[in-house]
Amino acid sequence: MIRITVDAEPLEGRDGQTIAGVLIGAGRTAWRSAQTGDRGVFCGIGVCHDCLVTVNGVEGVRACQREAVDGDRVEREVRA
Amino acid sequence: MTGAAAAGAGARRVAILGGGPAGLAAAQAALAAGAEVTLLDEGGRLGGQYWRHHEQLTDRRLQHGWARFERLKGVLDRAEVHTGASVWSAEASDGVVRLRAVVGPADATSRTALEIEADAVVVATGAHDLALPVPGWTLPGVTTAGAAQALAKRDGVTVGRRTVVSGAGPFLLPVAQSLAIAGSEVVGVHEASRIGGLAAGWLPRPWQLAGKAGELVEYVGALARHRIPYRIGSGVVRVLGTDRVEGVVIAALDADWRPVPGSEREVACDSVALGHGFTPRLEVAIALGAAIEGDRRGRFVVVDDTQRTSVSGVYAAGEITGIGGADAALAEGAVAGFMAAGGSLDDDRMRGPLAVRRRMGAFAARLERAHGIRPGWTSWLADDTVICRCENVTRRTIADRADAPLRAMKLATRAGLGACQGRTCGRAVEAIVAEAGGSPEGFDRRPVLAPVRLGEVAALGRGSTVVDTEPARCDDAGTTVAAVDVQ
Repeated sequence: MIRITVDAEPLEGRDGQTIAGVLIGAGRTAWRSAQTGDRGVFCGIGVCHDCLVTVNGVEGVRACQREAVDGDRVEREVRA
Repeated sequence: MTGAAAAGAGARRVAILGGGPAGLAAAQAALAAGAEVTLLDEGGRLGGQYWRHHEQLTDRRLQHGWARFERLKGVLDRAEVHTGASVWSAEASDGVVRLRAVVGPADATSRTALEIEADAVVVATGAHDLALPVPGWTLPGVTTAGAAQALAKRDGVTVGRRTVVSGAGPFLLPVAQSLAIAGSEVVGVHEASRIGGLAAGWLPRPWQLAGKAGELVEYVGALARHRIPYRIGSGVVRVLGTDRVEGVVIAALDADWRPVPGSEREVACDSVALGHGFTPRLEVAIALGAAIEGDRRGRFVVVDDTQRTSVSGVYAAGEITGIGGADAALAEGAVAGFMAAGGSLDDDRMRGPLAVRRRMGAFAARLERAHGIRPGWTSWLADDTVICRCENVTRRTIADRADAPLRAMKLATRAGLGACQGRTCGRAVEAIVAEAGGSPEGFDRRPVLAPVRLGEVAALGRGSTVVDTEPARCDDAGTTVAAVDVQ
């Protein structure tokens, strides 16, 4: 079991899950604000960049590609 | 033991880009031919999309040909392997291949720089899903079929509880199976092709499916077990919802994939998986100067019967040379790796791979005939449907600029200039431009290999080079024996 925070809210995931996997496992389907509405995972394999999040202060991390690490601080991104 | 020590002094150095079926088979064959092998994969684990997995999270029922994967992986202790490696520069000149990569967690700021020099390279970068735009497809809950598959396999999760699968091709079947096993009801699988196309594609020569047949039969069985309806000649033509998916409109599609008026019906669901085909990941091959050939139905790396591209020392295998599935990729990879290592096609160890390559090449041609995208799909778009997801560019905006040269159209509309560099929308933009009377060729001349942070590149102190090329001719060959691992 791992614990991460998403905009300061604690979420639990399974060891080895990607950040997208943890978010979806917690019932979230969208976590980035785009001009035409919120986005989450689309391609799931690192190509589309729809699922970008800020991780431990670093922007532009593909949630579907980054394995979640216990204690990760994840923040939503707002961009067009 | 390092690859160099195992292979001995003077061995050919073969770099392999991609750790999916093609890349792994290439590594096995190159090692068998005595080469010193370095394999790079951008994922955290080897296996590519076909064998995407996590040791604890993956349900084994979702894996196919796992023994083959373990066998291929088993020989890699004689190679140098880097996972989590993003290649940002690739050059081939004067018989030397130079690759630059950063290695570490995805999109991290401080990854380790890696420079590789080799005598030959096998590019086996695979493909990603091609999901055609549908009104409403930017709503949360809509993913590609590949994303549904990857999340189910790799993370053990599904985006929703009631999923509609829509698109074209046999890949929809394992996706539906994965969704069902990972915990989502699959309301239906909608295949755009009609029975005529399917019969023309699969049925006349089912023996050519070979290993594939058993796998497909298994998927069809899974659909039956999970009571999943499979409907041909139909597809999702609109996604409904305000903040997230609430349902879809399904329509019957004619032979050109045009929705049949009056056939629309609404179906409630909370998630949609779209997959209308695959797009090869050509960026590294293009950077290396390899000739690309094709048209708007698909552009692929041109290879000869040794899997060599138009550039000396540069070989290609798997989906970047044509969408043929894992069996074709394994066979092509074996040939590419063996030849890159200085082997000969006359070697007995090449008989199996050459036979499979020939058989699966025919399968790929029939797949395209049966399931290839038909031009009528654009008639399910609305004028205000977002086509470029990154820059939120609508169909109308693109069509209005269709008469401009492609580069001017892109600069004016920003279509294809966002974070994904047109990888997601390229095919759709080309179709819309063509339909509006423009000339869309060449959308895939992309300069960006892998997303690398500018700071990282600056720290490495060098720039990348991109070579643009003209198409050349393609040739193919093969014989008739069963597949074997190249030992």
